[in-house]
Amino acid sequence: MYEKDGEKYFVVDAHTHFWDASPDNWVRGQEEYAKGWIECFHAYQGLGPKETHWPIDRFQKYSEELMMHDLFEAGHVDKAIFQPTNLRQWYKNGFNTTEADGAMAERHPGQFLVNTTFDPREGDAGMRAFEERVKRYGCKGVKLYTAEWRGDSRGWSLKDPEAARYLEKCEELGVKNVHIHKGPTIWPLDKDAFDVSDVDHVATNFQGLNFIVEHVGLPRIEDFCFMATQERNVYAGLAVVVGGLMHARPKFFAKVMGELMFWLGEDKLIFGADYAIWEPKWQVEGFVDWNMPADEDLSDFPPLTVGQKKKILGLNAARLYDIEVPAELRLDAPKVVEPVGVPNP
Amino acid sequence: MTALEDKGVSADHTAVWSALGTVRDPELDEPLTDLGFVARCEVGAAGRAHVELRLPTYFCAPNFAFLMVADAFDAVAAVPGISEVEVVLQDHFAAETINRGVAARSGFVASFEGEAADELDSLRADFLRKAVFAGTDRVCRALLSAGVAAAALPGLTLGDLPAGPDAERLRARRRELGLPAGDGDPLLVDPASGGAIEPGEARRHLAFARLTRTSMEANSGVCRGMLRVRYPQIQEEEGTG
Repeated sequence: MYEKDGEKYFVVDAHTHFWDASPDNWVRGQEEYAKGWIECFHAYQGLGPKETHWPIDRFQKYSEELMMHDLFEAGHVDKAIFQPTNLRQWYKNGFNTTEADGAMAERHPGQFLVNTTFDPREGDAGMRAFEERVKRYGCKGVKLYTAEWRGDSRGWSLKDPEAARYLEKCEELGVKNVHIHKGPTIWPLDKDAFDVSDVDHVATNFQGLNFIVEHVGLPRIEDFCFMATQERNVYAGLAVVVGGLMHARPKFFAKVMGELMFWLGEDKLIFGADYAIWEPKWQVEGFVDWNMPADEDLSDFPPLTVGQKKKILGLNAARLYDIEVPAELRLDAPKVVEPVGVPNP
Repeated sequence: MTALEDKGVSADHTAVWSALGTVRDPELDEPLTDLGFVARCEVGAAGRAHVELRLPTYFCAPNFAFLMVADAFDAVAAVPGISEVEVVLQDHFAAETINRGVAARSGFVASFEGEAADELDSLRADFLRKAVFAGTDRVCRALLSAGVAAAALPGLTLGDLPAGPDAERLRARRRELGLPAGDGDPLLVDPASGGAIEPGEARRHLAFARLTRTSMEANSGVCRGMLRVRYPQIQEEEGTG
């Protein structure tokens, strides 16, 4: 819980990781990719305030104690949601697995929700293992990384028929929140693994699931926003938006927030610090203090209200994940607000 | 590059540098030289040009990277007096494949045999369409600030724009896409079809143009920020002019 100016905020960090990218965990022959990956993340950390930057060795592998401190003692987080990314092709024990996250969550009951992942290329055996993980860790969500390398394959699409089988399984198991990484393009080359059109496809087909587009589809938020206005079950994951822009590019942070509020609205934005890329403390405090600057370029966008910030920082995620919010941290009679947007002609 | 010129950098070097200034990141629609993507640019004896490019992350999209390396190669090769060109992408997971493919002028599909299905023309066109949207926001916002009524925009033509770099840039991108770009052509056109935007569609069109520009400029900010984290010496290089 974070309190500022007499207002209390229930904070859900909907995007956290407990990873091991240390050289001991690099797969032989894949060292360049394993190293390149974590250095890429480390460069992102450089977009946060200088005093929050870590040396690379700490960034490659941090302790459980540090994470607990950064999130719950210093970072104002009430509940944190783990979003795994396996990357077993590059990291021997995986980069950030459900098992590692789950074990940590079990050592700290009540503080984490554990999401798992699936990969439709794993077929029936993968499906059985997926179901076991869901039951073992009580998962209510999955994090999908469609650009994951597997042998010769450089990724997959939510449009693949095999993916539909897994999504049907999600519905059956009550795994209703599907987080999809849509960030900077990498492989597979000309077939853009992070194009949001596959989300459009499955959001229409799976009305019982919520699709949270992580990193709001950056670098293509325009494609994302346009798609999200047409699908009622699509949400914006703010990891990278807050961490990558609020400090380093404040004017674009304001514009991006303005656009997201305009096209999606206050009930569809979900805060995530993306730990350990960025610590939640400065993001939560900064977001509560932030408001739309008075600037002609931003005149299309109204300031955010305290209630809207409460929704974005935690109440929206709590709703999607059925997280119990203490009575004094709820909003009185919150109503679902449709975005202003621009209707079709 | 004034500091380098002071050190006796040749006219060839200046010409190669300005040729690189015509090459853009296809997604950001900004010149490689402005973005800080040119790490090294040298012209040796007998007109041998050596250019090194650097990108914000090790995993930058190889399709975009390929376009930039290939475009840089072509731009430098077209400079009069340049006899030999080498363009090398640094610190990138697909650098070897891209460098080899561009040097052999073998095209994207052949360079990434088995992994790529298409040459990159359609990708380039997609980004050009976005550049047209973003450019439309730039010029329309300026018109609105100057007191033009929003309702009047669909009735304006490119010839109604005050002359300036934004107007030039918009026309250039429209020309590249084969869209109408003359003085008498409508200011607001659908970048996919080239058709004029009707007054009833204008509000949505302009909202999307604004969003597209925000997206491109926010990306550009993230890319610039990450490049500086990856190559801290850039601050110093910029300091030299």
